[in-house]
Amino acid sequence: MLEVTNLHASVAGRGILRGIDLSVKAGEVHAIMGPNGSGKSTLAAVLAGREEYEVTAGSVTYDGRDLLEMEPEERAREGVFLAFQYPVEIPGVNNAYLLKAALNEVRKHRGEPELDAMDFMALVKERMQVLHIDQDLLKRPVNEGFSGGEKKRNEIFQMAVLEPQLAIMDETDSGLDIDALRTVSAGVNAMRSPERATLVVTHYQRLLNYIVPDVVHVLSNGRIVKSGGKDLALELEEKGYGWIEGVAEQVGA
Amino acid sequence: MATSTDNIEQLANQDYKYGFVTDVDAEAVPPGLNEGIIRIISAKKGEPEWLLEWRLKAFRFWQTMTAPQWHNVHFPPVDFQDIIYYSAPKQKPKLESLDDLDPEIKATFDKLGVPIEEQKVMAGVAVDAVFDSVSVATTFKDKLAELGIVFCSFSEAVRDHPELVRKYLGSVVPASDNFYAALNSAVFSDGSFAYIPKGVKCPMELSTYFRINAAQTGQFERTLLVADEGATVSYLEGCTAPMRDENQLHAAVVELVALDDATIKYSTVQNWYPGDKNGKGGIYNFVTKRGKASTNAKITWTQVETGSAITWKYPSCILQGDNSVGEFYSVAVTNNYQQADTGTKMLHLGKNTRSTIISKGISAGKGQNTYRGLVRIGKNAKGARNFSQCDSLLIGDKCGAHTFPYLEVRNTSSQVEHEASTSKIGEDQIFYCRQRGLSTEDAVNMIVNGFCKEVFRELPMEFAVEAQKLLGVSLEGSVG
Repeated sequence: MLEVTNLHASVAGRGILRGIDLSVKAGEVHAIMGPNGSGKSTLAAVLAGREEYEVTAGSVTYDGRDLLEMEPEERAREGVFLAFQYPVEIPGVNNAYLLKAALNEVRKHRGEPELDAMDFMALVKERMQVLHIDQDLLKRPVNEGFSGGEKKRNEIFQMAVLEPQLAIMDETDSGLDIDALRTVSAGVNAMRSPERATLVVTHYQRLLNYIVPDVVHVLSNGRIVKSGGKDLALELEEKGYGWIEGVAEQVGA
Repeated sequence: MATSTDNIEQLANQDYKYGFVTDVDAEAVPPGLNEGIIRIISAKKGEPEWLLEWRLKAFRFWQTMTAPQWHNVHFPPVDFQDIIYYSAPKQKPKLESLDDLDPEIKATFDKLGVPIEEQKVMAGVAVDAVFDSVSVATTFKDKLAELGIVFCSFSEAVRDHPELVRKYLGSVVPASDNFYAALNSAVFSDGSFAYIPKGVKCPMELSTYFRINAAQTGQFERTLLVADEGATVSYLEGCTAPMRDENQLHAAVVELVALDDATIKYSTVQNWYPGDKNGKGGIYNFVTKRGKASTNAKITWTQVETGSAITWKYPSCILQGDNSVGEFYSVAVTNNYQQADTGTKMLHLGKNTRSTIISKGISAGKGQNTYRGLVRIGKNAKGARNFSQCDSLLIGDKCGAHTFPYLEVRNTSSQVEHEASTSKIGEDQIFYCRQRGLSTEDAVNMIVNGFCKEVFRELPMEFAVEAQKLLGVSLEGSVG
């Protein structure tokens, strides 16, 4: 589904990604781990199409199409979803309004009829129940005055409604208490299916107890320095990122 | 990869869509202003002697005044001798029916989406259409007359209801009030008049649509709205003008009289030509609007100001009667080189008077947006309360937002609250929406409309939708 080849990217002239190779198939969950500053969030941002990040070399194909040629909204309509590390507040715009507009853009793109308010509400209410999210959230302005946990839950809720093909979770676990972590993980797990893929970007192994990955990649200094099964995350937890930096030097050498 | 900036710039080059000119035979006076011109205007309208005297008095007063300089807008001095003070489309002196109306003018209003043929109109809206200096059509007059409601052009009101006009004209905005009000009092040509009798709830929206067409012409209309005891009325005005390279002056006066227990809701969607991208041309919109509220009366001003090169207006409420209520809800947009200095005055005279001010200023491009408001609570206004909220939204980094709130409280039993905020539409917000599948334009629209929500919900339903669309058009090209 997603093929990243020798991807280099920089922000404000500074190289961050220095040759990422990554292949994600439908049905798989990949975890991207790594120390702060290794390029995890940059990778997520480049895949979503943030304009501040300049791709200097390499390619990304998504479903056989050149992802880097697509506008961010086109990527979204094609089923790429980014759960933001820092969800943005939009005062005065209620959650339901944004979500309905987003869902109908996606449906229009797929050639499906747009949902009216009734059908939309029926759909979101069902998804809210599954995620144990209070309906009150729909009427509140997008992320405004939300706690950290509420913001992350709202991302997962949006994901559950938009049903993306490729979900990218950018440090969704950071700042979550254990209950919120469970809710968020349950939401992600409920989305797992043979047609979908998930990229879980995280700093900590903890999340991977709940969202069990098929493949774990360790990122250091803009490169994937080690890939393995779910046990790699445990090994990393035990030995610390210092261990991986040693590995990275060997790779570099 | 095409960036959003490119897309947006294409949209920015889109023209002001109301900028066309209608080809009609017009009858105009020569440019310049003197007593002779005023006599001509008055004579053309067949006015009674008292009104001519009123105009002349205003003119003499105006000659002693100088244009205000305290506002936060900048423009070269206006040459008042270079303006044509009266222009009217040539037509039969008295229209028997709409069929007699010049088809070109009818077509103009059709093109603007203003319904002046009753069978085609939006349900529940009566329209008075003002073309250059004169009212050309008023719909639903007969139906309203059954309830005793008078809704007609100002000139007709002078002819048919002189006692009402004489009683209330200048009672809220005296001819000597300010420079532009004095000018208007001297030369006003037409406008709308409405009178709602005691206890009558006007069953439809009353609406006036103003169109400036002729070049080099100033438009000076006068609106007078009287809601007698216990009456209720909702009124809307809209305005557009052709695109012209020179600046044109629009100096209107609106007076509202809300007698005991009456309610007046006055909504404006102002879309005068704002000038081009480089700040050339556009309307100077220098307007005085004020209402006087008697005991238990309520006046609500709602304005959506997206047009004009320069906007200078402060719809105000004199809360004279005890328990009277004044409200001001405003959205003002300045894009490209537009400048706005707008706000309100709430003058609390009666006991337990209440006022609410919600002002939303949006600046984009090189636009400059100023909120200026006065809340004055007199010493007899025991228990008066005011709440003000002024929010500014900046789009881009070349625009400006300014807030000048003035508070004068002269007794100790009153309560005044003021809140203000300034925020910026961030690239982050736009990217967040795009990542959810929305285009940049839709994202900006949504964010701006969210910002203005508290004001839009005060507009009559069908106009709220119009206002949202208008805002979208006005801000096209502002992000990038």
